Amino acid sequence: MTAIALIDCNNFYASCETVFNPKLKDKAVVILSNNDGCCVSRSDAAKRLGIKMGAPWFQMKDQFKPGEVIALSSNYALYADASNRVMNILRQFSPDQETYSVDEAFISMSGFGNKDLTRYGQDIKATILQWTGLPVCVGIASTKTLAKLANHCAKKRPEYAGVCNFNALPIPSLNPILASLPINEVWGIGSRLSAKLNQFGIHTVLDLKQAHSRTLRDKFSVVVAKIIAELNGIACINLEQVAPPKQNIASTRSFGIPVTSIESLMESVTLYTSRAAEKARAQHTHANSISVFIQTSPFAQLPYYGGSLTVALPSPSNDTRLLVKTALWIVKRLYKPGYVYQKAGVLLNDLVPDEGRQADLFFDVSEANHAQSTKLMAVLDAINQRYGRHTLKLGSEGFKAPWKMKQNFKSPGYTTNWDELIRAS
Amino acid sequence: MTTDIEEKAKPGRPKGRNAYGESTVPLRIPKSKVTQITGYLKHYALKNRPGSIDFYEHIRQVSAPEVSVELPLYSSKVSAGFPSPCDDHIAKRLNIHDYLVDQEDATFLVTVTGLSMRDAGLLPKDVVVVDRSKNANIGNIILAVVNGEFTIKQLTLGKNGHPVLLPANPDFKAIEIKDGMDFEIWGVVTGSIRKYA
Repeated sequence: MTAIALIDCNNFYASCETVFNPKLKDKAVVILSNNDGCCVSRSDAAKRLGIKMGAPWFQMKDQFKPGEVIALSSNYALYADASNRVMNILRQFSPDQETYSVDEAFISMSGFGNKDLTRYGQDIKATILQWTGLPVCVGIASTKTLAKLANHCAKKRPEYAGVCNFNALPIPSLNPILASLPINEVWGIGSRLSAKLNQFGIHTVLDLKQAHSRTLRDKFSVVVAKIIAELNGIACINLEQVAPPKQNIASTRSFGIPVTSIESLMESVTLYTSRAAEKARAQHTHANSISVFIQTSPFAQLPYYGGSLTVALPSPSNDTRLLVKTALWIVKRLYKPGYVYQKAGVLLNDLVPDEGRQADLFFDVSEANHAQSTKLMAVLDAINQRYGRHTLKLGSEGFKAPWKMKQNFKSPGYTTNWDELIRAS
Repeated sequence: MTTDIEEKAKPGRPKGRNAYGESTVPLRIPKSKVTQITGYLKHYALKNRPGSIDFYEHIRQVSAPEVSVELPLYSSKVSAGFPSPCDDHIAKRLNIHDYLVDQEDATFLVTVTGLSMRDAGLLPKDVVVVDRSKNANIGNIILAVVNGEFTIKQLTLGKNGHPVLLPANPDFKAIEIKDGMDFEIWGVVTGSIRKYA
């Protein structure tokens, strides 16, 4: 029988903070999104207080006593390091792994012979907890969709002690579990689809598993038929060991302070474009076109303005210089003085892989030039990787960046900065 | 000259509604140039999408000279000559990271503050290497958490079987872990680093 495990960190961001600041243990901790806006991760105690995912913090904070809830800005460098540790540790447990998100990974456990996979799951959980301090839950099943559900059970039902193995359950024990889960818990079934399925009398995961696949495929789509097959243990979604390159890359941010000058806008757009270009290079793709938008706050009591523009590039590129040049040209076209800008963003569109890059017939950028650009960008990336982001950057990014996002409650770079390590006497 | 072939209403795409937003003509092209020309057309269509601007034209007219910036970049040259007899004996240069770090994914660095471990050779501002993958044994120097505070001490066992955290400096008191105290062994100290200059 095939076996796939989904390993998912519990309250990932909040847990990361607690590892390095033990005083947070058992406290209500919330992690705020960019600009300290919304709540993006909650400790168990914060969940018990009824704090919802995505809730705007400034609206809630007054309902709590001082010190009752600890709010922290996102410390992405810390979470990225913790994530890499977890993913590396998982590699010891299986040769086949798909990093599904920053805090989730699928691993294949097929062909492990008659190993007790539930115990193996417990080993994984214990090792990650000991090595990183992060609690995880493990769901094991014959397909990815079922593994997701098994992980959900491992999280919600204490009797599984954090590891739930559907493969070890006989059908008469598994079906009642599936009957207790609403269909919107199924991977790939959103609220709209679940409302429609409800009209067909399909309410629980078991209903869906036993539904007539052909009928639903005709009524809905082949996606639903695939989900039904997955629920019946027929794998339709393979392990993607290498993430497919993204078709579009977005880099957008709200400003920490209101921005009125075109200079500040150009600095921020340079930074966002540099980041997006770096991401495109990391996945070996080139953008065919670039979009830039700038906007004022739609909520402020001030006149609203928002503008965006897309420009096709002469030939696909991921050269920071060309992309920034284009982006700044757009900013100059979009900018209107007299408005208070709150957000800007850059999108690289229609990304094509290195090998599929189509050179322009008439534009005078020779292939030799392209090779030079590739080399220069590789050097830029290598330097920034080695000595820290923004070591080498374009001058138009500016130096002070007063518009950068608010992160008033950010924890130290415990694993990424020599001056901010854990301190112990 | 182009001629409008699609004068009359007939089935198919309405006039001017193709990818280019203008009328088209059939054209014969050499077989060997199909990839280039279709690629160019695809790009041309993209460029003419609503909302996009002919940056291509713009950049050629206004700023083409600036696009290609000549930069003095030297890549290494290979000189041909007698092959080095050492080539077969190249070993990796010693690396301090490898010496101090065993399990990289379980290793964390911690700055020492205070003098409680002075006689064990740990001074303020030293950086200690903490490996969480190792199980702590009696006698190890550990990073512990006692009532929410980090502390570096030697792990020993008291007479009643409770853990006792020993300092390495007579000016400091041992910490006896009693029931009800919040105590956790965070990791085992496996090395230390000090910089002088």
